[in-house]
Amino acid sequence: MSMKIYIQSAAAISPQKTFGQVPFLTEPVTYSGNRLQVVEPDYKNLIDAKLLRRMSRIIKMGVSTATACLQEAGENDPGAIVTGTAYGCLEDTGVFLTETIQRNEELPPPTAFIQSTHNTVGAQIALMLKCHHYNNTFVHNGFSFESALLDSVMLLKEKEAHNVLAGSADELTDNSYTILSRLGLYKRNPFSNIDLFSSRSKGTIAGEGSAFFLLTGEQKPGAYAELCGMTTFYKPKSKIEVEQRIISFLAEHSIGVNDIDLIVTGKNGDARQDLIYEQLGQTIFSGKQTIHFKDLCGEYPTASSFALWLAANILKTGSVPAVTGYKGSTENKLKRILVYNHYQHSYHSLLLVSAVE
Amino acid sequence: MSTGVFIAGAGAITAIGNNIAECISALEKEQAGMGEICYLETMHRNKIPVAEVKLNNEELCALSGLPLHTSRTALLSSIAAKEALQDAGIENISSLRTGFISANTVGGMDKTEKFFSNFLDDLTKGRLREVVNHECGYTTELVADLLGIDHYVSTISTACSSSANAIFFAARLIKQDMLDVVIAGGTDALTKFTLNGFNTLMILDREYCKPFDNNRMGLNLGEGAGYLVLVSDRVAGSLKKQLYGKLSGYHNANDAYHQTASSPDGTGSFLAMTGALARSGLQPSDIDYINLHGTGTQNNDLAEGTAISRVFAAPYPMMSSTKSFTGHTLGASGGIEAVLSVLSIKHGMVYPNLRFKTPMAELGFVPQTSFLKGRPIKHVLSNSFGFGGNCSSLIFSKL
Repeated sequence: MSMKIYIQSAAAISPQKTFGQVPFLTEPVTYSGNRLQVVEPDYKNLIDAKLLRRMSRIIKMGVSTATACLQEAGENDPGAIVTGTAYGCLEDTGVFLTETIQRNEELPPPTAFIQSTHNTVGAQIALMLKCHHYNNTFVHNGFSFESALLDSVMLLKEKEAHNVLAGSADELTDNSYTILSRLGLYKRNPFSNIDLFSSRSKGTIAGEGSAFFLLTGEQKPGAYAELCGMTTFYKPKSKIEVEQRIISFLAEHSIGVNDIDLIVTGKNGDARQDLIYEQLGQTIFSGKQTIHFKDLCGEYPTASSFALWLAANILKTGSVPAVTGYKGSTENKLKRILVYNHYQHSYHSLLLVSAVE
Repeated sequence: MSTGVFIAGAGAITAIGNNIAECISALEKEQAGMGEICYLETMHRNKIPVAEVKLNNEELCALSGLPLHTSRTALLSSIAAKEALQDAGIENISSLRTGFISANTVGGMDKTEKFFSNFLDDLTKGRLREVVNHECGYTTELVADLLGIDHYVSTISTACSSSANAIFFAARLIKQDMLDVVIAGGTDALTKFTLNGFNTLMILDREYCKPFDNNRMGLNLGEGAGYLVLVSDRVAGSLKKQLYGKLSGYHNANDAYHQTASSPDGTGSFLAMTGALARSGLQPSDIDYINLHGTGTQNNDLAEGTAISRVFAAPYPMMSSTKSFTGHTLGASGGIEAVLSVLSIKHGMVYPNLRFKTPMAELGFVPQTSFLKGRPIKHVLSNSFGFGGNCSSLIFSKL
């Protein structure tokens, strides 16, 4: 018997106003350059000041998002904590590397090294909660979040945990922005995020953020949505293969494209990377209501977690933020959302979420 | 659902050997892999001993088949993973649902360091080729692509318990009938970043490390890679070779005490060991050998030793830290030690804990100090604990 998985609570710190008691993306934050940075809350309300001083941005961001997610669900001892991060603690890594090189290896200060390990966010959450349960961190590029989600779903199915705190965190630093720009990831000219999908040029806009979800195996009041399924596929060889993967994924859940009310794609403004979404829009997704999200959060390897946050909130509130350009009606409540994202052509993922009854 | 998860193949490259046969030979001769730094470019050469793999990058490339500009982390990984896959002797790997789950802690850092020293002087400098595979996931992917594995590929990083968690996650994917075959383990190359990191923490022994000795002075860093080939019962049944055994227990717990230090009573280690025992259905007295995490630091060995005293009772199982041979290989250690654990079962071997002289005052047991062979070893417990309180234990059992 297959088990149902519910998103009991969700939280996100992103380049938009998404954290805390805020309206659902009604006041979009616009950026004039190609670098989006998270809107940071007042961390003092969430983390002990003594701990806060030592924490780098990603740790503050990840720990706060996780804390808010747990608080919303009234949980302080989750059955497991599973985190995904592609880059890990880049700021601390950069600081320690710089100190090591500049001091010619003469005792660089240890704090940045201690906090540079990729499991720091997950570990700090456990430390703050004194949570001794399962704790894991996945670091697989554009599949980091999806791997964490798969592990979490498995833990619930195996009855290893009554609920799982699953999430992601990735930060963009000055160094990583410079390096990724040199690698040609981002648009060359200053480019506003609200115009992201209007130009057919090379490159996207840089993003970052953290999103956490409390997943449970039983439906409780206040749940956002049901996480019906997820899958990943690595380096598909053709558009046909992508179509087949999507069709068979839906078939596994006994539905077809017609049963999907809204498609959320990972379109990022890079003409070549967006081609697949446009092609699908002409074939299997033809005529479907489709929205995108990377104009809001920017592109980063764990951006699909922002998409899940968005989809879960759409299903919970029954409304689609106007900023997404959604043109459909919400008179009939949206029931099913499919998120299709790919990162750099290599990492494709599908997330299927539906409204709770 | 697969009823069990079986070990069909193993591969390792460490400071004591470039393959399993060489590693076994060094273990038997009690030859440790530590020495003066030969390959890593660092100011600490001739000051801090480490356990390097005894091949330079050109020689590793020749064994690996990956190009010369590849990170040493990926080179080591590819050599051990290929050995494991060959050893498993699975003929039709492409027709099976095959995965590669690897772990590491610093990915392509050895190359990033080279990039960064130029980049720091001038942000437009530094060869991008040296930084493009920095992320941990790319190390895994380069090897997955080389092995032709694309069905499921993932990377775990939980500091020094990383590859135990990779093996454990792989086993669960097989049990859930999502995969038939998984090559699982981990890799890490020595880097300036980690050497200086551990050096600033003042936990590097300036001599060869003495795990579980009362006069232990810290750890020696090492490098290497170790992988197991895990298979479902269906695949296991189709193989003509003798299997190493099965993964009968595993557990992951968090110490939740401090970012880098272990709790004095070894809460995390205790929970990991008792959890793994519970899953395997075994009693502590069933364990024949414990491959200790045993880094040689004051803190780890006391926490782990205390946890062992809480779980086990006299007569204690034989135990040793093979880090006294290989050094602490960080993200690779759980993989390498899993390989040594299944070899212990296959050949009835128990490895000596080198350089042990004085029992720890706090503990009522001592590690094994001589090499044994041909013993009836049925169940081996392997411990891996890391920064961030991440503690994992695996139990391997004879069939």
